[in-house]
Amino acid sequence: MHRGVSLAFEGVHRSFRSATEGEVHALAGIDLAIEAGSFVALLGPSGCGKSTLLRLAAGLDRPERGRVERDGGDVAMVFQDAHLLPWRDVVENVALPLELLGRGDGRARAATALDRVGLGDALRRYPAELSGGMRMRASLARACVTDPQLLLLDEPFAALDELTRMALDDDLRRLWAETGLTVLFVTHSIAEAAYLAERVVVLSRRPARVVLDHAVALPAERSAALRADPAFARELGVLQEALRRGADLA
Amino acid sequence: MNAGALTRVAPPLLTFVVGVGLAEVTIRALGVSPLLLPPPSAVWAAATAEAGTLLPALATTAQAVLAGLALATTLGIAAAVALAASPWVQRAFYPYAIFFQVVPIVAIAPLLVIWFGYGFRAVVAAAFVVSVFPVIANTLAGLLSVDPALRDLFRLHGAGRAATLWKLRLPWALPYLLTGLRIAAGLAVIGAIVGEFVGGGGLGVVVLGAMRQQRTDLVFAAVGYASALGLVLFAAVGLASRFALRHWHASEKEG
Repeated sequence: MHRGVSLAFEGVHRSFRSATEGEVHALAGIDLAIEAGSFVALLGPSGCGKSTLLRLAAGLDRPERGRVERDGGDVAMVFQDAHLLPWRDVVENVALPLELLGRGDGRARAATALDRVGLGDALRRYPAELSGGMRMRASLARACVTDPQLLLLDEPFAALDELTRMALDDDLRRLWAETGLTVLFVTHSIAEAAYLAERVVVLSRRPARVVLDHAVALPAERSAALRADPAFARELGVLQEALRRGADLA
Repeated sequence: MNAGALTRVAPPLLTFVVGVGLAEVTIRALGVSPLLLPPPSAVWAAATAEAGTLLPALATTAQAVLAGLALATTLGIAAAVALAASPWVQRAFYPYAIFFQVVPIVAIAPLLVIWFGYGFRAVVAAAFVVSVFPVIANTLAGLLSVDPALRDLFRLHGAGRAATLWKLRLPWALPYLLTGLRIAAGLAVIGAIVGEFVGGGGLGVVVLGAMRQQRTDLVFAAVGYASALGLVLFAAVGLASRFALRHWHASEKEG
C-alpha cells in the first residue's frame, strides 16, 4: 500500500566548474536503487556531493553521464534552512506549492498540513515571528501539502538545537509511517541517519562513491529510549567505521 | 512622547537650535553683509513674508518631483526586470544604464528643454534622468540575489517565468527597490530644481529671480523650502518601507 515511488541512479556522474578549485568532480558513478516507500539516509562528509544527488533526484539538475530513473508523481524538497517567504504568513507559505501547481486555493489543505506538524495555532503568523524549530516545521508542512510521493530532505535539521531536532526526527518518522511515501534524507550526522532511516547509504569524500549500503537493524517503532540502546550503539559503530573509510579513500 | 522618542529627537534638535543661534550671533557680531550671508532671522523673515510666492512654487516643484519619481520607479523597475533576464542582456545594456548616473544634469537640461519644451515636462524629465539609476541598480541587485533554494522550490513545483517574477523575484527585490527610492527621492529634487533653472517654473525660478534682485535672504528661503521637500520625500519613503516590510523583521529594524 505504499504511495511512494521508486528511484534509481545508474552510473551517475556530475562535475562542476568552480572559481577556486577548477573542475570539481562531485559524483563518480553512483549506482543506487531506492525502493518505493523506503526511508533512506545518505550519510557523508560535508561538501561530498550529497546535495547534488538530491537535486538530481528532484530533476533540478541532469547527470553528465548515467541515468536517474523516477516514476511520476509529486516531489517535494526540504532545504537546509526553512526558506520561507518573509512576506507571506505561515498558511500562505505552506499553500504556495499548491498555488504554483495551479491546484486552486490551498489554504484549507495548508491548515491541515500545519496541524499535522503541530503549528495549527500559528497559521496567521509571519516567519520572522517564529522560532527556528517552528520555521522548520512550517517548511516540512509546505513539503507535505501536495501529498508528494517522494520527499527529499537536505540536512534539514542541522541548524536546530538538539531537543528540537529530536522532536522533528520523531515527527518525520511518524509522517513517513503514516503516509508510506519514499524519503531520501541527506545528513552528516551518524546518529540522525541511524535513528531515522531503514537503510543508510554512506558516501565517500569527493568525488562521492558509495562506501557502504547498510540496512539498519533497528525496530520500526522508534523512540528516544532507543538512543541509549546497545543495538543503536552498534549501528553507530558500523556507520562511523564506514564514514572513516570513505574519508581515507579520497 | 515617550522617553525613547525624546532621546532620538532631542540631540539633533539641540544641535539645530545651538547652530542657528551661533550663526545668528556670529553673523551679526562680524557685521557680514546680508548680501553675502543673511542671518537666520532674516532668512526666516523672507520665508514667511514671501510665502505667497514660495508656497505655489514649492507645489509646482513638488508635482514635478513626484511625477519624475513615479516615472523613474515604473521605468526603472521595468528596466531592471529586462536586464535581469539574462547575463547577456546585462552585459550588453547595463553599461548604458550607467549613463544615467554619470550624466551631468546641468549640461543636458537645455537638451531636455529642446525636446520637451519650456515648463513642466522638461522639469519632470530632469527629475527622472537623475533619479532612475538608483532604482535600476538597486532593483537589479535585488532580482539577482534571490535565494537559490527558493528558485529551486519554484521550479520544483512547476512555476513559470511570470509566476516566479510576481511571486518570488519582485517581492524579494522590494527592500532593495525601497533603498534605491530613498536615494532617488533626494536626487529627484536636485534634478527638478536644475530643470527649472533652464525650463522655468517652481522654486528654481524663485532662486534665479531672487539672485538677480540680490535678495540673498530669499535665495536661502527657497533653498530651505527645497530641502524641506527632499526631507519630507525621504521620510515618506522611509515610512512606506517600514510599512511594506513590517513582517520582514531584519529590514524593518533598519530605520
